[in-house]
Order: sequence, then structure tokens, then C-alpha cells
Amino acid sequence: MKVLVPVKRVIDYNVKVRVKADGSGVDLANVKMSMNPFDEISVEQAIRLKEAGQVDEIVVVSIGVKQAQETLRTALAMGADRAILVVATDDLHNDIEPLAVAKILKAIVDEEKPGLVLTGKQAIDNDMNATGQMLSALLGWSQATFASEVEIAGDKAKVSREVDGGMQTIEVTMPTVITVDLRLNEPRYASLPNIMKAKKKQMDEKTPANYGVDVTNRLEIVKTVEPAERAAGIKVASVDELVAKLKEAGAV
Amino acid sequence: MKQVSRETMEYDVVIVGAGPAGLAAAIRLKQLDADCQVVVLEKGSEVGAHILSGAVLDPCGLDTLIPDWKDKGAPVTVAVKEDNFYMLGEAGQVRIPNFPMPPLMSNHGNYIVSMGNVCRWMAEQAEGLGVDIFPGMSVSELVYAEDGSVKGVVAGEFGKNPDGSQSEAYEPGMELHGKYVFLGEGVRGSLAQQVISKFDLSKGHEPQKYGLGMKEIWEIDPAKHVEGRVTHTMGWPLGKNAGGGSFIYHLENNQVYVGFVVHLNYKNPHLFPYMEFQRFKHHPMVADLLEGGKRVAYGARAISEGGYQSMPKMVAPGVALLGCSVGMVNVPRIKGNHNAILSGKAAAEAAFAAIQAGRSGDELSEYEAEVRNGAIGKDLKTVRNVKPLWSKYGLVASLVVGGLDMWTNTFGVSLMGTLKHGKTDAAATEIADRHKVIEYPKPDGKLSFDRLTNVAFSFTNHEENQPAHLTLKDVSEPVKINLPKFGGPAARYCPAGVYEFVEEEGKAPRFIINFQNCVHCKTCDIKDPGQNIVWTTPQGGDGPNYPNM
Ligand SMILES: Cc1cc2nc3c(=O)[nH]c(=O)nc-3n(C[C@H](O)[C@H](O)[C@H](O)COP(=O)(O)OP(=O)(O)OC[C@H]3O[C@@H](n4cnc5c(N)ncnc54)[C@H](O)[C@@H]3O)c2cc1C
Ligand SMILES: Cc1cc2nc3c(=O)[nH]c(=O)nc-3n(C[C@H](O)[C@H](O)[C@H](O)COP(=O)(O)OP(=O)(O)OC[C@H]3O[C@@H](n4cnc5c(N)ncnc54)[C@H](O)[C@@H]3O)c2cc1C
Ligand code: SF4
Repeated sequence: MKVLVPVKRVIDYNVKVRVKADGSGVDLANVKMSMNPFDEISVEQAIRLKEAGQVDEIVVVSIGVKQAQETLRTALAMGADRAILVVATDDLHNDIEPLAVAKILKAIVDEEKPGLVLTGKQAIDNDMNATGQMLSALLGWSQATFASEVEIAGDKAKVSREVDGGMQTIEVTMPTVITVDLRLNEPRYASLPNIMKAKKKQMDEKTPANYGVDVTNRLEIVKTVEPAERAAGIKVASVDELVAKLKEAGAV
Repeated sequence: MKQVSRETMEYDVVIVGAGPAGLAAAIRLKQLDADCQVVVLEKGSEVGAHILSGAVLDPCGLDTLIPDWKDKGAPVTVAVKEDNFYMLGEAGQVRIPNFPMPPLMSNHGNYIVSMGNVCRWMAEQAEGLGVDIFPGMSVSELVYAEDGSVKGVVAGEFGKNPDGSQSEAYEPGMELHGKYVFLGEGVRGSLAQQVISKFDLSKGHEPQKYGLGMKEIWEIDPAKHVEGRVTHTMGWPLGKNAGGGSFIYHLENNQVYVGFVVHLNYKNPHLFPYMEFQRFKHHPMVADLLEGGKRVAYGARAISEGGYQSMPKMVAPGVALLGCSVGMVNVPRIKGNHNAILSGKAAAEAAFAAIQAGRSGDELSEYEAEVRNGAIGKDLKTVRNVKPLWSKYGLVASLVVGGLDMWTNTFGVSLMGTLKHGKTDAAATEIADRHKVIEYPKPDGKLSFDRLTNVAFSFTNHEENQPAHLTLKDVSEPVKINLPKFGGPAARYCPAGVYEFVEEEGKAPRFIINFQNCVHCKTCDIKDPGQNIVWTTPQGGDGPNYPNM
């Protein structure tokens, strides 16, 4: 079975985001970018499935600016076999919307014919939590979201999902789209020898036009604001004082 | 423990550190010989992530390395238009006009740049020429040949448990071998320190001297922003407690770099460099500028200040030290980037010639000769007496005398020969009881910030599940000696708040190392009174994620 893993280049989680002076969005100039952490988890899961003999090829895809090739190289260094880069914009502030991404992914699925698509549950930049679901609808495939355990047997996948207040286990029919959650696995390091080898792995460069998809944005961002700054803390000398302060603040 | 076996890769030249020095060397090697196999290893998560400089760049280095840097889109675009120098008093300021300053202090023809961005651009140029650059890879060890020469390095080891054992995710990394290894680790390089000590390279030279540079990027009110303006100050708030001063550079996009340097030879262990910086911003001149603005990023890095007389021998069998791993900052001009680039170029030329002649693993003495006698040596020799004068006579007097010496030196003669620095910065620290405790005002959260809040704006992080990269030669020394005798200075000199002394009633004091906060400035390795702290590399990719520093 072939597995397709979409990976997104997003603002690094260590960076404190800053809204642009005109409020149109987050300032990405000079900012460190990395692979969406949930996508590292889906790449890792694909590799584990391959190591277990259930998958024979892992294809990773990224849609966005040309620099997303670094993100794909990381995925290749972790253990993916082949990459497809879809250069959809040259403006690093232009975030391609989930529907356009899902449409491109659908076209790639039609071409590549994977038996499984593993996506992150959400991208930590815009938190849309939509791409995987939209893709499943476009394909007419089953879906299993927020996976924290995945077991594939024949034409069925058993997936444990993190839901409010507990775990739910569901069974879906393959082919399927699975979106992964934080606790599914611990992604491996991209080791130096593997990074060197990844330079030689195949990376095809495409455009949305190759797939007949219009990536024009449909959503309008009205305003972006930073959360209010936290007031300075105080030091308390004793537990009693802490309790008193908490009572004062109406917290207990 | 499991035996570590590593894959090996052979290169012509292995370069540690993607700073201006390392990248210049890589570029020059490829310019001379497109087939030369060159690799650059960088511990930052990306090139530029660990680069912190002022920076006013003297383009003389770039001019010789990449003469058409303008056409190639170098991010070197903001020419210095205005150059001010102030002696600050508490309330007012005295402006020293430009003309009495010696000519080499003038910034005419220089550019305000982010060296982080310049390095990112240099890395693109190098990759375009076929250099292999691997960011996110710490170089943790040197590899020696049987004859004792350096033959390579170990890079990219990941996944050790806090006790040093191997976790399930352990990756041993690789051995990269080269005919020559270049250490372009910048100031106080961890491997450079090992090489200097193993081959006794400091013998016959003055000890290296350092400053601690702290820097913030601010986005300010466009009405107050003057692109191309450079301001330096000395005086308040440091006064007699320590040498140092500030820089304020107006770059593009309404941003300004606000930086503060404290010379690390200060005697009073109560001094708190970070708080001096924060206090400085409340000077009316600075406060007016920053009022209504926003601090965008923070970071810190040591700066080498020993100059000409402190440069150690810079070659040993198989290895050469580049840039600030030697210490090539021209102190009165606070500029080292041009010399870093020139040193990388010189090392590359020496290695190229040696490899052509069939040599390898020996001393590139041609490189050292070029540094001492060529453009770098000339630049540094002229100003070699400024720093010792600062240390000896204090600021105002030395500005006059040092200024005079620089004037005369410009014409090729010095009135004073070469002055000595004396002690190391660690040994300069005096006993706490002999000095007054300094009270610092509480940060207001608008112009000044507490240390931990600011550290969050360096975007630093370290995987928690690994051995602390800040190691103690003697674990008892901080509590047994440094706390009672020096008042625990580590709690203050670290600009990232990594060190804490926890004193609880009824319990023995404890020394805590919050290594996750480290911004890789190297101050602890320099200033710890007993030189008991050794900075080693954490996992690659850890540490700050500086934007356009
Ligand atoms: C990839 C990714 C995915 C994520 N997904 C989710 C998600 O799905 N759901 C979700 O809820 N979150 C999510 N997060 C956020 C993440 O889980 C938060 O980092 C976490 O919730 C914060 O908890 P902490 O205690 O570890 O953090 P810390 O930052 O260590 O602490 C948080 C609080 O503790 C206080 N604190 C810290 N140190 C001290 C101290 N010494 N003394 C007193 N107080 C202290 C701080 O003031 C702070 O308010 C995600 C983050 C990432 C990177
Ligand atoms: C606050 C401040 C202001 C300054 N202002 C100016 C100025 O205005 N103009 C000017 O010209 N100069 C200025 N300088 C000096 C200038 O920044 C230095 O001279 C210059 O950075 C030296 O370049 P380098 O290549 O030797 O080292 P660095 O720039 O320090 O680069 C070294 C690189 O090597 C990497 N590295 C180190 N060790 C390892 C390892 N073991 N494994 C992997 N990677 C490693 C580091 O992460 C870093 O990226 C300033 C310095 C400071 C601190
Ligand atoms: S621990 Fe040392 S190197 Fe790290 S930030 Fe503090 S003083 Fe600098």
C-alpha cells in the first residue's frame, strides 16, 4: 500500500507570533518556519507502518511557497520515499485555504492512488482543523479524526480518538483519511546521514494549474489581534497568603 | 553503555559554524576550486538562528569576497547616514561631535545590517556554489588522527538521556573527516577552547578579553524613525562600575536595534549586566525614542575585545581557527564581521594552496601570516591600545589618550608601543564584601522587562530530556565558594536567567541550572570566577531562534 502524507510549513512553535502593524495577519518576515508538529507525527506514523511491512511507499506533499521544499526534505530525511512540491504562491503571507489544499490533494490522490492519507489534525498557524475532513468528503472516503492509536488490518482501520473527556475507538473501511493527534507517537530525529541521503531522493515540482485547481482565497480576514498581555505576577510568602490572594481574585 | 559506531564521510574541508567567517571560507574554497568538497555544520535550527551582531557592517570583507554582492541581492541596503556619539549623564547628555573622533571611528560608507540575514544570504550563495550546509547539527567533538593532528569532527548526535545514556531515539551522528578542519564557532567556541588548550595556542599571547552584548529589536513610532542613523553612547548607567556602552541603529521597516555591551572585566560581582541594559533604556534620550514602540526580539552574545595582542596562535595540525574563535573585533569600532569574512577567505586560500600541493593535516601557517600581516592585522594593530587604556585610566581620559593614539597610529606610529591586558575576566572578579550591592529599579514592563519575559523573545528552547549542556568541573563550587565569596554572580551575569541559587530556610542552598533558557552567549564560560562552568553543545537545533538579529 502507498500512503500519502501532506506536510505544511508553518511558523515554528517556539516563536512568539506578532501581528502585523495593519492587523491583516501574523508577521512572518524573518521568522523561523518549521514542519507543522502534527505533520511530523503523521510522517512518523507512515514510517512506522512501513517498518511494520504494511506500507511500501510514502509520498509527502507540500502546498505553498517554494521554501516548503525544506519541509519536504525534512520529511524525506525522516524516512519518506518521494516528495511533491506544489508551488501555489510566492507570497509567504498568503496562506492557501483548506478547500484549495484539499482539492489539490484530491487530484494527487487520483494520480497516485494511495490506500491511506495521513494528515495532521490541524496546522498550528491557523488552527483550521478542516483539510483532512474536506479531503475525505471530496474523495468520498471514510475518515477518522484526532487519532491517538492506529491499527490497520486488511481493509479495516481501527482508530482510537481523543474526544472531550475520554477515548473513543472506531473502525473505518479502507481507503481512508486519518488525521493525527499529539499523542499518537514521538517523531524521530532527522539524522545527519539520512539528511544527506534525502538530498538524493526524488522531489517533483508542480503548480496548482497542473491539477486544474484555482487557489484564489475565498475567506476574508477581517482582523487579527494579539491576546491581551498578562499582568505582572506577584510573589507570595506562604500558602495562607496564596489562598487569601486566590479568594480575593475570586478564583477559589 | 552501548558502543557507538558512526558513519563516516570524507570532505576536503570541514567547517564548523555558519557565521560570516565559516561561510566566507566555504564560498572562497568553491570559488577557487568547484570540485573541492566542503561541508558547513551549524548548531542553530537554521543558518542565522544563532547569529547576533550589532551590526554596522564595513563592506570591505564582502567587497573582496563577492565583489558584485549588490547585484546578487545581499541584504546590505541601509547605508549609514548619520553617526552620533554621546557621553551620557544621568539627566542630560553631552554630544561629542564627529570631527574630533579619529577617522576610523567614522561609519561613513558602512551599512546597518542584520548579520543573521547576511549569513542566510551568504549560505544561499555557498549552496549555489555546491557547498553542503547542514543546520540543526551541533559539532560536539573533535576527531584526532594517530599522529595527534585533527582529522575531523563528530556532528549530529541526538537522543541522550539526562544521565548521558542512550535513549530509544538515540542517533549517534556522523564523523566528518577533512584534510583541514576550520573552526568558525565565533567568540569562545567550545571546540576552539579545546584546541587552544590542547595545543597551548595562547602561549606568548595576552589572555582574551570579552564583553557581554545584549540586544533588542524594537518596532518604533515611524515619526521617530530615521533610517540610517547610528548612535553610540558611553557613561550612564555604568559609570565607574564597569566599562561598556550602547548602540542604537535605525534599520529599515521602522525597526531599531538597541544594544548594550558590558565589558566582562568588571570587579564588583554585584553588578547585574542585564539590569544595567534595562535601566539604560530609561534614559530620557532612549525612552523618548522607544515610547509607544514594541520590543520584537531579545538576545545576547559575548564579544571578543582583546584585539591584536590577545589573538592566540590560530593554526595547529589539521585545524585552523577563524574569525571570533580567534578574536578579531576592532574594539573602538565594535566591528568584527569584516575581519571574520577576511579571515575565512584567507584560511580558504591557504587550504586551497596546501591541498593543491598535496598537503593535509598540517599547520596552515600561511593563513596565520596573512591574518597577522595583512588587512586584519593592520586593522587591529592600529587600535590595540584602546582597550587596555579603558581598563587602566577610565573612560574620559582614555578617550582623549586613546583617540590621540589612534590618530597617530593612522599614520603608522604609536606613542605607546603595545599595552598589556593583564588578568582574565574571570580573575578580575573581586570578593563581594569589598563592593557595594547595587539596587536596580524594577522593570516597568513597557520599556524594561524582567529577564525571563525577555528570554521568551529569543525564542530559545532546549529539549528537556538531555544532559545539561552547561557542565560544572566541580559541582560543589557554586555553593561552597561562589555564593559566600562572590555573592553568587552567576545569578546575575547570565543574560538569560539560567542560573539560580535557591536558599530555603533550614536547607542547604542549592545551585539550579535552567539550561532550557540558555541563549548560547558563552558569558558563564568566560566570567565564572573559578572558570568552573564549561559550555558544551546541546542537541542541534536547540538554542535561540533569532529573527533578523
Ligand atoms: C504542537 C502543539 C500542539 C498543541 N496542542 C494543544 C492542544 O491540542 N490543546 C491544548 O490545550 N494545548 C495545546 N498546545 C499547547 C501546549 O499543550 C501548551 O504548551 C501547554 O498546554 C502548556 O502547559 P505547560 O504547563 O507545559 O506550559 P508552561 O508554559 O510551562 O506553563 C504554563 C503556565 O504555567 C506557569 N508557570 C510556568 N512555570 C512556572 C513556575 N516556575 N511557577 C509558577 N508558574 C509557572 C506559567 O505562568 C504559564 O501560565 C499545543 C502545543 C504544541 C506545541
Ligand atoms: C552585541 C554585539 C554587537 C556587535 N556589533 C558589531 C558591529 O556593529 N559590526 C561588526 O562588524 N561586528 C560587530 N560585532 C562582532 C561580530 O558580531 C563578530 O565579530 C562576528 O560575529 C564574528 O563572526 P564569526 O563568524 O567568527 O562567528 P559567529 O558570528 O559567532 O558565528 C559562529 C557560528 O557558529 C555556530 N557554532 C558555534 N559552535 C558550534 C558548534 N560546536 N557546532 C556547530 N555550530 C557551531 C554558531 O551557532 C554561529 O552560527 C558585534 C558583536 C556583538 C556580540
Ligand atoms: S547559561 Fe551561559 S551561555 Fe547560556 S545564556 Fe547564560 S551565560 Fe549565556
